[in-house]
Amino acid sequence: MFGLEKKDLRLLLIVVALVVLAPFILNPFPVGSDLAQFNAGYPDLMQRFVIFGIFAIGFNILFGLTGYLSFGHAAFLGVGSYAAVWMFKLLSMNVLPAIFLAVVIAGIFSLAIGYIALRRSGIYFSILTLAFAQMMFAIAYSDLIGNFLRTSITGGETGLQPKVSDPRILDAVVSSGQTPTAGLFGVEMRDSYVWNLGDWVFTFNFGYYFAGLIMVISFYLSIRIFRSPFGMMLRAIKSNQTRMSYTGLNAKPYTLAAFVISGMYAGLAGGLLVAMDTQAGAERMFWTASGEVVLMTILGGAGTLIGPVLGAGFIKYFENIISKINSTILHQWFAWLPDGLEDFIVAVIYPFVGKGWHLTLGLVFMLVVIFLPGGLVQGGQKFAGLFRRKKSKDAKDGATTPAE
Amino acid sequence: MGILEVKGINKRFGGLQALGDVNLSVAENTTHAIIGPNGAGKSTLLNVLVGKLIPDSGSVMFDGQSVLGRKPHEINQMGISRVFQTPEIFGDLSVLENVMIPCFAKRDGAFRMHAIESVFAERGIRQQAEEILADVNMLEKNQMIASSLSRGDKRRLEMAMCLVQDPKLLLLDEPTAGMARADTENTINLLKEIREQRGITMAIIEHDMNVVFSLAERITVLAQGTPLVEDIPDNIKGHPKVREAYLGEAQV
Repeated sequence: MFGLEKKDLRLLLIVVALVVLAPFILNPFPVGSDLAQFNAGYPDLMQRFVIFGIFAIGFNILFGLTGYLSFGHAAFLGVGSYAAVWMFKLLSMNVLPAIFLAVVIAGIFSLAIGYIALRRSGIYFSILTLAFAQMMFAIAYSDLIGNFLRTSITGGETGLQPKVSDPRILDAVVSSGQTPTAGLFGVEMRDSYVWNLGDWVFTFNFGYYFAGLIMVISFYLSIRIFRSPFGMMLRAIKSNQTRMSYTGLNAKPYTLAAFVISGMYAGLAGGLLVAMDTQAGAERMFWTASGEVVLMTILGGAGTLIGPVLGAGFIKYFENIISKINSTILHQWFAWLPDGLEDFIVAVIYPFVGKGWHLTLGLVFMLVVIFLPGGLVQGGQKFAGLFRRKKSKDAKDGATTPAE
Repeated sequence: MGILEVKGINKRFGGLQALGDVNLSVAENTTHAIIGPNGAGKSTLLNVLVGKLIPDSGSVMFDGQSVLGRKPHEINQMGISRVFQTPEIFGDLSVLENVMIPCFAKRDGAFRMHAIESVFAERGIRQQAEEILADVNMLEKNQMIASSLSRGDKRRLEMAMCLVQDPKLLLLDEPTAGMARADTENTINLLKEIREQRGITMAIIEHDMNVVFSLAERITVLAQGTPLVEDIPDNIKGHPKVREAYLGEAQV
């Protein structure tokens, strides 16, 4: 069905189910309980899960398949964001044209940058992409082009957001003078339905489901690319470029196409970020943002289908949940211990939570890279393998299954 | 007029004259060996033929077209396939995929954006790949990851990848280098089979005289970047110039 093999279809359905049921899955603890702290089922964070999932899925098409490690993909996300805000400012607060332009502009930028950066491979390619991204960050942060043209293109340090006074050609008739909010044919992105079920509260946010739908489509497209002859060529590039060229294949257009596709995915993510929260700033183009998507992909499992999505969820969860734990909360948790021991334990754990969440993430990342070079997906496979072996010891499962 | 015509090739690396006025003609439907002691310029010549090196002067015509200035993938698309000294295969991919890739290259050219079609739907390509794997007795290994194959199997796989493209000229760079005697015998037999069944023109660069004399129909002897003699194997064996070039290297 949908041109997919059975196994891939099952994976797609799992992702669909996770996206649809996320408001329940991520909110397992009743409001007011001690563990409510760990609930991640609020719209803002759920939107981030799926949007950065899209970013990582796209990055994986480049890095996971061809092995070319771009250290500047956040630049395309940023460009997409700015493009989307400009669409909000000039045309309409409808998210569709904004997202469309975000993808197109990011595609154009990645074509230009990829064309130059792909003249080199390995570490030199990474450095070139990093250099380009930092240049673009600097241009956006200082609004260099805007200053030159005596206007504002990126809004500089303050960033860019739609204002009441913007022209908005299509919306002007119906809603001039109103505070602009992003929406889709009358439904606003921030619209939510809140369901109170006993002590539990579940929030169903329109923006989240819209982004979720786009994530599912992006994921489906990435499966198709992975299973296509084109995807096979990309893996061949990673494996042996010498053999590739002596087999009559020109590696460059293949890598460039992968670069542009992943750049467009980044632009899509950038456009969606703006659709959810209508502002764009230069900081999302900073090199740490590029590094984050590399972490997501490797943590989840580079070159696997579902890995980058898991990695993105994992990192965003840490960033938003672990970072919220402060010393007061820690003291509450360990209040049942004798005072001296309580203080000691809190003192030990404290550096790893709150602002120190990067430390925990770093440790987890080290553990994964050392023990599970295939990322969380490999961990899942090992775990599943344990159960399978218990179930049927005699079943021959020697064939290496392609990564999911 | 041979399918491959090399005329007056010169190549210098700094002060070293790697190739000096090399002329070579490989006739269609023959096996032509290029032999010579270490440093004779065999590999340099091969790299010129496949587009990896550009000579200082001279011409290389293949099938009526000039090869010089073309990139390796363009030369392959003209019909020249190359087997390397150490097998160059796609180590991370399955054996079947390794053979499907040259099939795609043959059908679709150097680049095609077939990103949405499924590999599973390419039945024709798959069948073609399976046939060639059956020919080299590797069909039962088609799901194995190529890097896990034995060295002999890697060689056969690389051979299959070249053959499936049905090349007009197959270049072999020391195909038995570093092989055990049994593997060498197998490779010789495999090459003989290919030669007899498919009638592919082959040019072999080889050190091992045993291999050369069991396969070659014509032999060119290179020494210090220049061809010494070109003749049939029987005449090469006792040739005084060849003995001189190889003195102390092997019993010719």
